[in-house]
Amino acid sequence: MKNDRKKNQRREFLSATGKALAGLGVIAGSGGLLSGSTKGEESAADATSESFPTPDYDWTKHRWAYGIDATKCIGCLRCVEACKAENDVVRDATHFRTWVERYVYLEGEEKARVDSHSDPQNIAASGSEAEYRFDNRYKDAKVTKAFFVPKICNHCTHPACVQVCPVGATFRTEDGVVLIDHDYCIGCRYCVQACPYGARFFIEEEGVSDKCTWCYHRITKGLQPVCVDVCPTRARVFGDLNDKSSTISEFVDNNPVQVLKPESGNGPMCFYIGIDKDVS
Amino acid sequence: MDIAPFTGYVYPNEGVIQWSVMIVIYPYLTGLVAGAFTVSSFYHVFGMQRFKPVARLALLTSLCMMIFVPVPLLIHLGHPERSMYSMITPHLTSAFAMFGFFAAFYMVLLMLECWFVFRVDNVERARNSTGISRAFYRAITLWSDDTSPGARALDAKLLLMLAVIGIPSAHGLHGYIGFVYGSLKARTWWESDLMPVIFLFSAIVSGVALLMVLYVVSCKIRRVKIDHGCLKGMMYALWGFLMFTLILEALAFANLVYKGREGVEVIIEYVQGPLFFRYFVLQFAIGALLPIMMMGLMVALNIKGRIFVIGATICALLVLMNVLMMRWNVVIGGQEIAKSTKGLLTYHLPLWGSEGLVAAIILTLAPFGLLLVLTRLFPPWADPPNPL
Repeated sequence: MKNDRKKNQRREFLSATGKALAGLGVIAGSGGLLSGSTKGEESAADATSESFPTPDYDWTKHRWAYGIDATKCIGCLRCVEACKAENDVVRDATHFRTWVERYVYLEGEEKARVDSHSDPQNIAASGSEAEYRFDNRYKDAKVTKAFFVPKICNHCTHPACVQVCPVGATFRTEDGVVLIDHDYCIGCRYCVQACPYGARFFIEEEGVSDKCTWCYHRITKGLQPVCVDVCPTRARVFGDLNDKSSTISEFVDNNPVQVLKPESGNGPMCFYIGIDKDVS
Repeated sequence: MDIAPFTGYVYPNEGVIQWSVMIVIYPYLTGLVAGAFTVSSFYHVFGMQRFKPVARLALLTSLCMMIFVPVPLLIHLGHPERSMYSMITPHLTSAFAMFGFFAAFYMVLLMLECWFVFRVDNVERARNSTGISRAFYRAITLWSDDTSPGARALDAKLLLMLAVIGIPSAHGLHGYIGFVYGSLKARTWWESDLMPVIFLFSAIVSGVALLMVLYVVSCKIRRVKIDHGCLKGMMYALWGFLMFTLILEALAFANLVYKGREGVEVIIEYVQGPLFFRYFVLQFAIGALLPIMMMGLMVALNIKGRIFVIGATICALLVLMNVLMMRWNVVIGGQEIAKSTKGLLTYHLPLWGSEGLVAAIILTLAPFGLLLVLTRLFPPWADPPNPL
């Protein structure tokens, strides 16, 4: 059953990739939106997890980091769709390696109204837990400020999830990516509890914890994480901090960046610009 | 997969409450282990004679509970067959990595202590029985049959040593469970320096309360007279420790609210709403304040006889409920407050399934089944010699 799910998702992904590439081809031809967004020339099909681990990859030579420009996110959720397909993530409303939050300030209200695509109203609007979209609930409201915030595992420098794993099944790589060895995870879910960002979830069918890997099977081949690749507005950027000319280095160097919940002491490596006081 | 109902905003992955009723039962049983051991230590270490009638029962109770402590964890694990990894390749920065070692050490210690406590009795039983029974008791004594005064003195010496080591071990094991929660900075409801201490003291009160109930019930079943001095001693211990525990819990809560860190609004909303009955009514009012007042009244009015026994037993039962609610409110409560600090979830306890209500009840009662068997094999009442 698990294999069927994987096969189906792989098929869906390849189909979706085909459509996406066709669509993006038009965009690229008309304005070059994708130019410079990926470093490698390999196709996505070459970056499947079957060809992982990547031969000759030297993890001591990289220091990966992630950037999110909330002012650019339009809440299209292509990132969520692509991540689900690329990483065989269960297609429901409670298992996400990445998700997007919507913050809306209405006239006369001090606190933001927050929802994500997992909100029951949004699920009702999409018609399925496996389809992701934001409804149009604020159509007639007086909105003073609104923005979307993409969320993802922060791949912290001092990750609480790694600290609490009783068997060391989750670990931080030399290049700064927090991974989980699914063959060693005992499924205690202590890491899920320890992550202050809610970035981890449990795969019931497999009895193990899971989370974003920054598409480690892709980045070690010179590709971008799939969520970065499919973002039409380049709200998500990724790269190597060791490379001073990389997109992420420029993002961090040229902007006043923030991290989420710095008081946790986890040292997130996901940097934000354009987020507001209510984002946590 | 059921999505936990929620209000406000919760992170999408929080829609499944991960630590279930099994993780409520786990610290509950561990607490009873430590508490029962405390009662046993009153006599075996501190020499308080009035606890002699329950000292051996307490030890057996502690052992029965301890045997079942790993069960809820194993039921809960996604890969129980990999549980030994935590001992083969422990990740030393994990608060949980040491559980296997602590538990194994304490289990060995408890078994050794039981062996010494029941050794002379078992030798006598082996001598006075035949056939399979004789072989069984001979094997249990590891074929030792020396009941000379010298051997008994050595037993007593080793027993004291084991019991002394057992006190920090039993309480360390449970304080450590509190640390498992208290050290998690991701959940405000758990993150408290007082958590290990609260777990420890609530463990003691639960164990004392359990022994009070078991002692009264066992006397009724065996149709023997209840030693009121013993029961009163346990009640005093329960009274004192319960007051202390209640104050600690109240201080922890006051600390949380007074500091008023980010997300305190949702915590206040939670305790005033969904948690109010479970926390203020069941745990604090009925489970702690009521028994404290009842016991105070019984002490002040010097209540004796049947009413004292009934009153003390009711208090003990209330305290057992109090501690169960405390475990529930910590484990489930902590997860019902979303990490987003903007919403609340509701845990739904299924009736059936490996992590359902029926399984939890069976698991909680299972140690008592084992205790029933062990008290038949190794009657703890034979000692003391004075008539009950």
